[in-house]
Amino acid sequence: MIAELPTALVLIASGLALPLTPRRVRPLLAAVAPLLAFAHLLWIGPGVRIEAQVFGFPLTLVRTDALSLAFGYVFTIAAFINAVFSWRVRQGVEPPAALVYAGAALAAIFAGDLLTLFVFWEISALASALVIWSGPGRGAYGAGMRYLAVQLGSGMLLAAGAALHYADTGSLAFGEIGAASPGGLLLLLAFGAKCAFPLLHNWLQDAYPEASATGTVVLSAFTTKLGIYALARGFPGTEALIWVGATMAAFPIFYAVIENDLRRVLAYSLNNQLGFMVVGIGLGTDLGLNGAVAHAIADILFKGLLFMSMGAVLLRAGSVKASELGGLYKSMPWTTGMCMIGAASISAFPLFSGFVTKSMIMTSAAQEGHFVVWMVLLFASAGVFHHAGIKIPFFAFFGHDSGIRCREAPPHMLLAMGLAAVLCVGIGLWPAALYSILPRPVDYAPYTSSHVLAQLQLLVFSALAFAWLMRSGIYPPELRSTNLDSDWLYRRLGVRLVDALGRAQQTLAARFAATAVAFGAAAADATRRLHGIDGVLARTWSTGAMALWVAIVLAAYLLVYFAEDTEPEFLFLLVLPFAIAGLGLWADRREDAKR
Amino acid sequence: MSWLDRPRNVTRIYRALWLLGALLVLADVVVHRHAEVGFDGWFAFYAGYGLVACVALVLAAKLLRRAVMRSEDYYHDR
Repeated sequence: MIAELPTALVLIASGLALPLTPRRVRPLLAAVAPLLAFAHLLWIGPGVRIEAQVFGFPLTLVRTDALSLAFGYVFTIAAFINAVFSWRVRQGVEPPAALVYAGAALAAIFAGDLLTLFVFWEISALASALVIWSGPGRGAYGAGMRYLAVQLGSGMLLAAGAALHYADTGSLAFGEIGAASPGGLLLLLAFGAKCAFPLLHNWLQDAYPEASATGTVVLSAFTTKLGIYALARGFPGTEALIWVGATMAAFPIFYAVIENDLRRVLAYSLNNQLGFMVVGIGLGTDLGLNGAVAHAIADILFKGLLFMSMGAVLLRAGSVKASELGGLYKSMPWTTGMCMIGAASISAFPLFSGFVTKSMIMTSAAQEGHFVVWMVLLFASAGVFHHAGIKIPFFAFFGHDSGIRCREAPPHMLLAMGLAAVLCVGIGLWPAALYSILPRPVDYAPYTSSHVLAQLQLLVFSALAFAWLMRSGIYPPELRSTNLDSDWLYRRLGVRLVDALGRAQQTLAARFAATAVAFGAAAADATRRLHGIDGVLARTWSTGAMALWVAIVLAAYLLVYFAEDTEPEFLFLLVLPFAIAGLGLWADRREDAKR
Repeated sequence: MSWLDRPRNVTRIYRALWLLGALLVLADVVVHRHAEVGFDGWFAFYAGYGLVACVALVLAAKLLRRAVMRSEDYYHDR
């Protein structure tokens, strides 16, 4: 009976019930619900299908297989860690919204058809926008709006793509789709917006740093990984994704180097990690696809850990701007340690999670002969160590001592970070456990002396480059700034265009009104001239003249009439007008005589 | 004053890092690295790539800053 209920229901129902429970119970409920969901997933295992008939469509509300379960496990774990991390947040919209968001993302993962996927895609978009709006700053509202516009846009692409796909194939089942058909292309774009494809990416860096200290951690786990899951389900082996992914892995790191807001740096590095996953999906090999899924799981944990450490810094020091921080290791040694474990994991140090997951993708790229892509990914690997592995801990906890002395992060936050850190190291030490839940058969050994040595050389010399550039003063200083990215297109250029259009419309309307007024005045003038007091057409005519003119007209008429077929005897009628005219003239005379 | 606050100690760490790097490059002689794409089997390939890539990254980012950096309230000053 319980097996036949969607797992995500636990999270969504708990989220909705959260505001109705006593405040003290709320964090407990928010933590227990993901644990129950995790246990439920373990219990039901693969091969479960829950089907329903809605509006005549056969829908698959739940489909568990290796791919959806892998994401399901890590989503519920992330939801649990988030609940622990935000143990003290008991009021407001954020806690219930975060749970519903996690639940909707989980439901979308298990959706077996495109319609169910669409519904939960949209619910997760709305709930996550609520999480952003719970942010403390004045930028949260606008960023949340822009975020929601992109997410709902992605939902519309998904709906349109699903409709075209249905018209094409007669099926709504969510399996391998391929980008060959127009419907497939729309679906690819819909998923791509969630994965933060280049030029569709900037909602991520725009909105995530605007959420609260706890909210950003929640956001970092689900939305983008839902996109990665959908891409892995629908478009494995789509070659264009290899290049899209390589671009994504490379370009955000340049921004990450010059960005001052450390949570925004992490958002850029999240974008860069997504690039690796997209390459893995594009390769579509067993190793590549497994690598994408494994790296998504690892990324949820280490990126969550890094965002948590920055959230703790934001809470205690009041800022996450590199230009204002430094020397915090003295006040927050535990948080420093946790952050460094996250940094080592994302940088793929041996014994940490990134080492055993990212390398699967790179090895697959090499095996498939994509040398340029492999070089780009290697560059991105060095770069990610540089900006996320070194820059984040260095500017927050070491570097120039800002003089900030604050308290260590609260115990529940340290506990949450500790859980994530244990998982990061655990995956690094026992990769076999992670490999066992991957969708394709795994034949990969990360710990060869060759791989370890190569990676250590890469990392140590990246660190040396950073140290040398810092000591020689070449490294660009951290400055309070805004860096223009593709959001400039709609935050500045688009706004300017709309303004200009508005002004042009106003000018045109004014011109039109002026022309109309001038035309009206001219018409009034002409009327006055013709019909006014002295107007030609307004003169008083004498009766005689009138009669004469009538006679002339009548005569002319008669002439024309008789010209057709002349009967001579009727010609005398011509006298008639002149008689009338004579009568008129006579009347005139009399009138004159009377005066 | 903590241990890390003394510039002398930071310099020590810096030199230790160079020493570690040198040892890792020397390890290339002892350990047979099997190449993934061919040219990565060259002596000290990963060390050189890491160093060059990161210096290039920072220099390029400095150039990028010239093009894209604006004041912090760029989008709010309207």
